[in-house]
Amino acid sequence: MTIMRQAPGRHLPGAGTPEAAAVDHARAEMLHEAKPRGRTRIGADVVCEALLRQGVDVIFGYPGGVILPLYDVLGDYPQLRHILVRHEQGAAHAADGYARASGKVGVCLGTSGPAATNLVTGIANAMLDSVPMVAITGNVVAALLGRDAFQEVDITGITLPITKHNYLVRNADDLPHVFAEAFHIARTGRPGPVHIDITKDALQQETRATHPDEAAVLAAIPGFRPTFEGHARQLRLAAKLIDEAARPVILAGHGILLASAWGELRAFAERTQIPVTHTLLGVGAIDETHPLSYGYMGMHGWKHVNRAIQSADLLIALGMRFDDRVTGKVSTYATGAKIIHVDIDPAEIGKNVSVDVPIVGDVGRVLAALIPLVAERRPEDRAAYFAELAEWRRESEARSWHGSGAWRDGLLSADYVVEQIGAATNHDATLVADVGQNQMWVARYAGYRRPNSHISSGGLGTMGFALPAAMGAAIGRPDKETWAICGDGGFQMTMQQLATLVQDQIPVKIAILDNHKLGMIRQWQELFYAGNYHSSHLLGPDYLKLAEAYGIPAFRATTPDEVPTVIEAARAVDGPALIHFLIAEEQNIMPIMPAGKGLSDLIEEWGGADE
Amino acid sequence: MSDPLTRRPFAAAYAAAPDPAAAATAAPGVRSIPGTGAAHRHVLVAVVNNRPGVLNRVASLIRARNFNIDSLAVGHTERPDVSRMTITLHGDDVAVEQVAKQLYKLIDVLKVQDVTSEPRIEHELALIKVRATNSTRAEVLKIVELYKGRVVDVAADSVILEATGTEDEVDALVALLGGFGIREMVRTGATVMVRGPQVVEYEGVAK
Ligand SMILES: Cc1ncc(C[n+]2csc(CCOP(=O)(O)OP(=O)(O)O)c2C)c(N)n1
Repeated sequence: MTIMRQAPGRHLPGAGTPEAAAVDHARAEMLHEAKPRGRTRIGADVVCEALLRQGVDVIFGYPGGVILPLYDVLGDYPQLRHILVRHEQGAAHAADGYARASGKVGVCLGTSGPAATNLVTGIANAMLDSVPMVAITGNVVAALLGRDAFQEVDITGITLPITKHNYLVRNADDLPHVFAEAFHIARTGRPGPVHIDITKDALQQETRATHPDEAAVLAAIPGFRPTFEGHARQLRLAAKLIDEAARPVILAGHGILLASAWGELRAFAERTQIPVTHTLLGVGAIDETHPLSYGYMGMHGWKHVNRAIQSADLLIALGMRFDDRVTGKVSTYATGAKIIHVDIDPAEIGKNVSVDVPIVGDVGRVLAALIPLVAERRPEDRAAYFAELAEWRRESEARSWHGSGAWRDGLLSADYVVEQIGAATNHDATLVADVGQNQMWVARYAGYRRPNSHISSGGLGTMGFALPAAMGAAIGRPDKETWAICGDGGFQMTMQQLATLVQDQIPVKIAILDNHKLGMIRQWQELFYAGNYHSSHLLGPDYLKLAEAYGIPAFRATTPDEVPTVIEAARAVDGPALIHFLIAEEQNIMPIMPAGKGLSDLIEEWGGADE
Repeated sequence: MSDPLTRRPFAAAYAAAPDPAAAATAAPGVRSIPGTGAAHRHVLVAVVNNRPGVLNRVASLIRARNFNIDSLAVGHTERPDVSRMTITLHGDDVAVEQVAKQLYKLIDVLKVQDVTSEPRIEHELALIKVRATNSTRAEVLKIVELYKGRVVDVAADSVILEATGTEDEVDALVALLGGFGIREMVRTGATVMVRGPQVVEYEGVAK
C-alpha cells in the first residue's frame, strides 16, 4: 500500500480559497490570544451595555477560552456583578433562583463546549418551570463553526428544544438586536429561557451598532405576540359557570406568581368565596393562613385537597398546566367538574385535559376582568360546603402531620424539621427545596405566607437544584433570609458551590435532611418494588468537617429539642451556615398517589406505620 | 383588544365555543383525554421567516412533541423573507390544533392555518423511475398520458416520469405502474393553496 504524501500547505481542504484562508487565520488567532485591547467599542462591550440596559445587576458565570473577550471587558462595567460559580450547572440554577425570587430575568454565562453543555440542565429546568432567563455562551470563531474545532459543540442545536428561543450570533453588529429581543422574549408572555451563543470573533469585532428601542424589537419579531387580555365572550361564559357552581375549587399554579397576580387571586377568591388549592409551583400564590387557602394538591398533596378536587363541580385553573403529578390518571380526574382554564400559553389549553371554558391571557388581567362579572358571595352561602371541606381537612391533617419531632426510629422526623424552619423564619424567608422527599416536606410543612418565598424545581425535578438556586435567590432578594433545604443525595450533587458562598459572601443557610438514603427512591422501592433496595443507600462526608473546610459555620441536630437551637444558631451567623439534620432513615412522604393511578387512589398509610 | 402585543389570529381561535362533539364522546363519569377522538387527515399551512435553521426548528418541534406528520413541503413565497410550509398529518381536531399551537410558539412562525375544510388546490410532484423495456414501454407511456404525467428521461430499460396531482392521484398512478417495476421514486409531499381570492394572511415581517 502506498501512502499519498500531501504537498506542504495542502492540508487545508479547498486551499487557496478565501474560506480556507479565513480558517487558517482563525486557527492562528486561537494560538495567539493576547492582543492588547484598544479603546474601540467591541462586541463584548455591546453585550455589557445591553445587559445594563436590561437592568441586569448580576451575572452567574465561569470563564473559558472563547468567552474571554467578554471577561476582558467585564471589569469596565462594575455595575455588573459577576459571581464566579464552581460549575456552570450552578450558574444556570442560580440565574433561575435569582429570577424566581426577584421576578427579574436571570443571566448566566459560560464558554463553549463543556461549559455550554454544563448549562444545559439548568436551562432545561428553567424551560419546564417557565423561568425568565438569558443564557450566554461563547462559541468558536465563526470560520471554524462546523469543523469540530477545540471545544466546539453545536450548542444551539442542543438547546433548541429546551429554550423559548435561541440565537447564534456571528457578527457584532447583530448583538444589540439579539439581546433586546432575547430579554423581551424571556420575560414576555409565558416566561422562559433564551440562549444566545456568540462566536469569539463577534465578541472581538469593533462595532457602532446602536441598541434598538422597544418598537424596533417588536417590529423584528412579528411572530411573537402573546395574548394578554381574556376574550370577552369567554369571560362571560366563565362568570356564568362560576355563579352556578355549588362546589367550585380554584387551582392556583406558577402562573399566579409569574404574573404577580396574587392580589387578583385573593380578591377573586374572596369575592366568590371559592377555596384556593395550589400546585407545587403555586405554593405562595395565597397566604396559607388565609381562610380560603385549602392546600397543596397532587401526587403528594393533602388528601383533603385531592378529595375536594375529585368532588368539585367546577375547577378554575389559573396559570397551571394539569401536569401528570397534578391529575394522575386523567380519565378519572374530577369527572364531575367543568373546567375553566386560564393560561397565557394557548398550547397549554386542551393539552392534557379537555376543558369547558378556555381563556388565553395574563392571569392577573383575566382575573381583574372577571371580578366585576361574578356574583359576590358570603361565606354563609357556602356553609354546608365549607363545613364538609373543614371536616376533610381535619381528618387528613391529623393523619399526615405528627409534629412530635421524633420518628419511630428515634431520629428526627423530617416534617417537624421543616415546620421548625418555617416557624423560626416567621414564614418570611425564601425556602429553596431540592428534589425528592425533602421537596415534598418543604412544600407541605413550612407554611408560606409570602409570594415567591418557596422555590422548587417542579417540571424537571433536578436534584442538586437547591444550593445553587438559593445562591441566586439570596442575591435576588437580599432583604430576605434564604434557605437551601436539601436531601443528602441532592446536596452532594452540587455541593461544590459552598466555595462560591464563601468567596462571594452569599448568606445562604443550608439544611441537609440526611437520611443516608436517596429517600424518594427508597420509598418507591419499598412501596412499588417489593423492598428491593438497590442503590438507594447513600454514604456522605462528615458534613460538619466539610463545612469547616470551607470556613462555613456548621451545626448538627439529632434530637427534636436540638432543632430550634441549631436553627437559631445558623440564623445568628452573619453569612452562610450549614445544619446537618439526622433524620429518620425510612420515613416515607405520605400520602402518595402511585404512578398510573388517579387522585382518589392516594395511599395514606403503609404497613401500619405512622408515616 | 387594542393591546399592541395581542396576537390577533389566536385570540380569535379562543372565541370559539367548546366543541360539543368532543364533549359528547366522553362517557359519563370519565374525563375525555384530548387527542383521542376520531382522526382525520388535516392540511396545515405554516408561514415562517425565511432564516437559517427555521426548518430545523419546525422539524425538531414536531419530533419532540411526538406529532406524526405525513408530509412536510417547504419553499419560497412571493416574499424573499418568508417561506411557506405545507404539513399534512392525521389526528383528531384537538391534536391538530395542538400542533398548530405548538408551532405558534416558535418565534419564527408567523401564521399557521388549518385549511382542511377550505376548497383548495393541493398538489404534489412525483418523479418515478419505472422499468420500461421495448415490450412494455408503450403501455407505460399510455398510463402516463392518462394521468397527464410527463416523460422526462428515457433510457434503454427505464423511463423517468414526472407526475403532479393530489396525493390520491399520484397514489393511483403509482399503483398502476407498480406492475412494471418501480426502481426509484421521490415525492415532494403536498403543497396547497386555497381557491378563490382568499389568501393565507400574516402580519408584516421585518427585514
Ligand atoms: C439529577 C437527578 N438524578 C436523579 C433523580 C431521581 N431522583 C428523584 S428523587 C431522588 C432521591 C433524592 O434523594 P435525596 O437527595 O437524598 O433526597 P430525599 O428524597 O432523601 O429527601 C432521585 C435519585 C433526579 N430527580 N434528579
